[in-house]
Amino acid sequence: MNHFEQMAKVYADAGGQPEVFKDSDVAHLVISGNKVLGAHLVPGLRVDPRETKDGVAVKIVVEEGVKIARPIHMCFGVVPEEGLQKIDMHVEVLDGASASVSAHCVFPNAVKVTHIMDAEIILGKGAEYKYNETHFHGMNGGVKVVPKTKIIMGEYSYFYTEFNLPRGRAGYVDIDYDAELDAHATVEMITKVNGYGDDLIKIREAGTLKGENSRGVLKSRIALKGNAVGDVYNEMIALGAKSRGHVDCTEIIMENARAKAVPVVDVRHPEAQVTHEAAIGGVNRTQLETLMARGLDEEEATEMIVQGLLQG
Amino acid sequence: MELLKIEDVSLKKGNAQILNKVNLSLGMGEVHAVIGPNGAGKSSLSYVLMGLEGYNDHEGRIYLEGKDITGYSVTERAKAGLTMGWQEPARFEGISVEQYLGISLKNAQDYSRNGRKILQHTVSEALEKVALSPQKYLKRSVDKSLSGGERKRVELASILLMRPRVVILDEPDSGIDTLAIEKIFEIIEEFKQLGIGILLITHSNKILSIADRASLLCSGHIIKTGSPSEAADYYTDQCLSCIDERYPREVAE
Ligand SMILES: Nc1ncnc2c1ncn2[C@@H]1O[C@H](COP(=O)(O)OP(=O)(O)OP(=O)(O)O)[C@@H](O)[C@H]1O
Ligand SMILES: [Mg+2]
Repeated sequence: MNHFEQMAKVYADAGGQPEVFKDSDVAHLVISGNKVLGAHLVPGLRVDPRETKDGVAVKIVVEEGVKIARPIHMCFGVVPEEGLQKIDMHVEVLDGASASVSAHCVFPNAVKVTHIMDAEIILGKGAEYKYNETHFHGMNGGVKVVPKTKIIMGEYSYFYTEFNLPRGRAGYVDIDYDAELDAHATVEMITKVNGYGDDLIKIREAGTLKGENSRGVLKSRIALKGNAVGDVYNEMIALGAKSRGHVDCTEIIMENARAKAVPVVDVRHPEAQVTHEAAIGGVNRTQLETLMARGLDEEEATEMIVQGLLQG
Repeated sequence: MELLKIEDVSLKKGNAQILNKVNLSLGMGEVHAVIGPNGAGKSSLSYVLMGLEGYNDHEGRIYLEGKDITGYSVTERAKAGLTMGWQEPARFEGISVEQYLGISLKNAQDYSRNGRKILQHTVSEALEKVALSPQKYLKRSVDKSLSGGERKRVELASILLMRPRVVILDEPDSGIDTLAIEKIFEIIEEFKQLGIGILLITHSNKILSIADRASLLCSGHIIKTGSPSEAADYYTDQCLSCIDERYPREVAE
């Protein structure tokens, strides 16, 4: 198997669709370690990847007014047991443009792998960018993933991001997303992570609703078992008139797991409003008993509730 | 043989006597209504019967088809053929109506008789039975986005698919619009046809009218068992003038 085929396989194992790499209508970017194994463009999309010592620096531009119909597929991975991958990503979605990305980050054999993502995303006026990433970190817990993203959002722009780690170990995850919104912009940040063993999951999501009528939702769903630890810090700052924000965190803990959530709501305009809800604890008893009254045993019921939370 | 038999069930929480020597029985295809004022202990009785956490420290015994299920877990009771519909059903994030109903289908009781299978509904048919369009609802989540009435109807569809031996329905009509109440009647009729016993907790005289028997529960005591109209008349004539004085809830230390 050559390097590309290897990546295609781990990509497929993690739930990706490798056939899109052969579809000329679908843009893609495949990065393994510090090698760009494949990059395919569609009209209006510029991708400029540059290999660096420990990874890849990539600049992505969606040109003004261009609407890319089908999701751009990205795959980042480290196949060997050890390695360091540093991705520097600069994304610009220019005025009136729109694109969505389906990304997979795969470290299936990791014993000692570090993946660092430093991203900057700039959305022009009325631009739309949806980023959905699914992680698979293998079963050893030997992954350290540190994604840091700064999002600058122009008027009427829309940004959606979803970080999914539904199965396997999480390892050490330290997410830091920060969005700044101009008037009428909307951001949604969703994080869904499963952890066990001695996994440590740190999430910081922040939104600053600068402009009037801007909107933000920060949502985290964490399920922890074993000795895993979850630490969620969600911050929503509302400055603009009529800006609206909501912070919503649910963490289910089982066995010896521990979870902490700090929702910070900071409102500095009398016409702005931010709400928050947080539920941290064991699996809800009434939910469990409802499923048990339909014949599931406690373990099956727990699994169904947790998977619903993470994958629903 | 009785499908369900409740023998001298008492439940105490702190100083409060929630249930006091409750005796009740239910035959095949019988609808036995339980009526009584708010706080009488109706839901508590259903929790005790289903074996929910916090309601297992009761006195007395519970028999399902002659088998003593008193110490059984919730799952064991369900597998033995007992289930219930909550007064306020739980919500689940990320579980679709289709998945949710699928659980009941998988754990349905066997109703084949003399080698003949008795028709089991599909998930879609069960939804239609409660007047929810499968096209619209199958992919929805059983979460906060369903209205109260929609959630209760999904619950009823789920019980329909499970085809238990005995079902406890805790106010199946509350929050349900008048049109859909007809659907509840149809489903109860279908349960009866299968021989399923129904313990029907209700505040509605309309629902009460389909019961074969009714018991009036007040302050944890069954004070009257008889025909639905007997129980209802007793309730309006005597009960409202306050049973609480005769059966004070606080137990002397
Ligand atoms: N775990 C508990 N601890 C203390 N008190 C309880 C507990 N469970 C129930 N109760 C009390 O027991 C009484 C009976 O409650 P229950 O919910 O069974 O009433 P109900 O007949 O179903 O009323 P409603 O018609 O309002 O549904 C109430 O006063 C309630 O507060
Ligand atoms: Mg009740």
